[in-house]
Amino acid sequence: MHRIATLLFALGLGVLLLGLAAQLPLGATPMAIGNEILARAPGEIGAANIVTSVVLAYRGIDTLGELAILFAAATAAGLVLGHAGSRSRNGEAGFILRTGSDLLFPLLLTVGFYIVLHGHLTPGGGFQGGVVLAAAFFASFLARPSHRPGHGVISLIEGLAGAAFIGIGLAALAGGGAFLQPLLDRGMLGELVSAGSLPLLYLAVGLKVGAELAGLLAQLAE
Amino acid sequence: MAWLVLLLVVLMLGAAVLVLLLDNLVAAVAAASVVSLLLSVLFALLAAPDVALTEAAVGAGLSGAVLALGLRRLGLAGIKAEDDHA
Repeated sequence: MHRIATLLFALGLGVLLLGLAAQLPLGATPMAIGNEILARAPGEIGAANIVTSVVLAYRGIDTLGELAILFAAATAAGLVLGHAGSRSRNGEAGFILRTGSDLLFPLLLTVGFYIVLHGHLTPGGGFQGGVVLAAAFFASFLARPSHRPGHGVISLIEGLAGAAFIGIGLAALAGGGAFLQPLLDRGMLGELVSAGSLPLLYLAVGLKVGAELAGLLAQLAE
Repeated sequence: MAWLVLLLVVLMLGAAVLVLLLDNLVAAVAAASVVSLLLSVLFALLAAPDVALTEAAVGAGLSGAVLALGLRRLGLAGIKAEDDHA
């Protein structure tokens, strides 16, 4: 009975989506805003990666909402799954895991910060790089469970990074612009120091996401 | 190009069906990660490298780790999926 209900639900959803898809003209852009942004973004924002200029400049407040959702989801997961008996293993992991994590840690750290800091130039950015940073710290935690950074440090980094994101937005507001409007000089298109405050915003996002997810994974694994 | 996309889609569908059929829950989580990994290759082929990076990092890496750790936390890691065919 339960399976039939599930099947009916899936079929209904499929018919609904097909009905919506059948009405869309294939290959034609339904909205004009995409082309407008493509034409304007390099001159207005100065970020070589147009996706970043949408994510942080034109739709910055959506990104703030995304950060809030991620924070709520990580908190809820930690709350629901975090207290199921403390089976703490304090011993070190095996040789292969320890050596592998020692080799991977600096590599992952470099790749993570590269993706975060080049978010306005190449594909990637704070969210993707933050996950890589979290993976770096989680790998080292798996290898040496006793050497984990304290909850206090993780919460401090996460809180400061989140506050920095909102602070940059408020600074734009105080300067007479809109909330999260890009600040500072745009610079040369394609250079590392360009696109105004966008790299700073992505650094804040990367640190926040990295600290949050590393904390969640460590809490689930201990 | 079209053949590569077709191959990827077939592999993704196969991995997605495996998620439903596998008895071992950790193996099912791994199969779900494979779907995300192939999807990220598809995104890269479709010239959406930002989305491909996100899908590879979050879909293939992080969500698999969170699901597997959640299974361990709930004590479901070692046992087989419940038989709900009744």
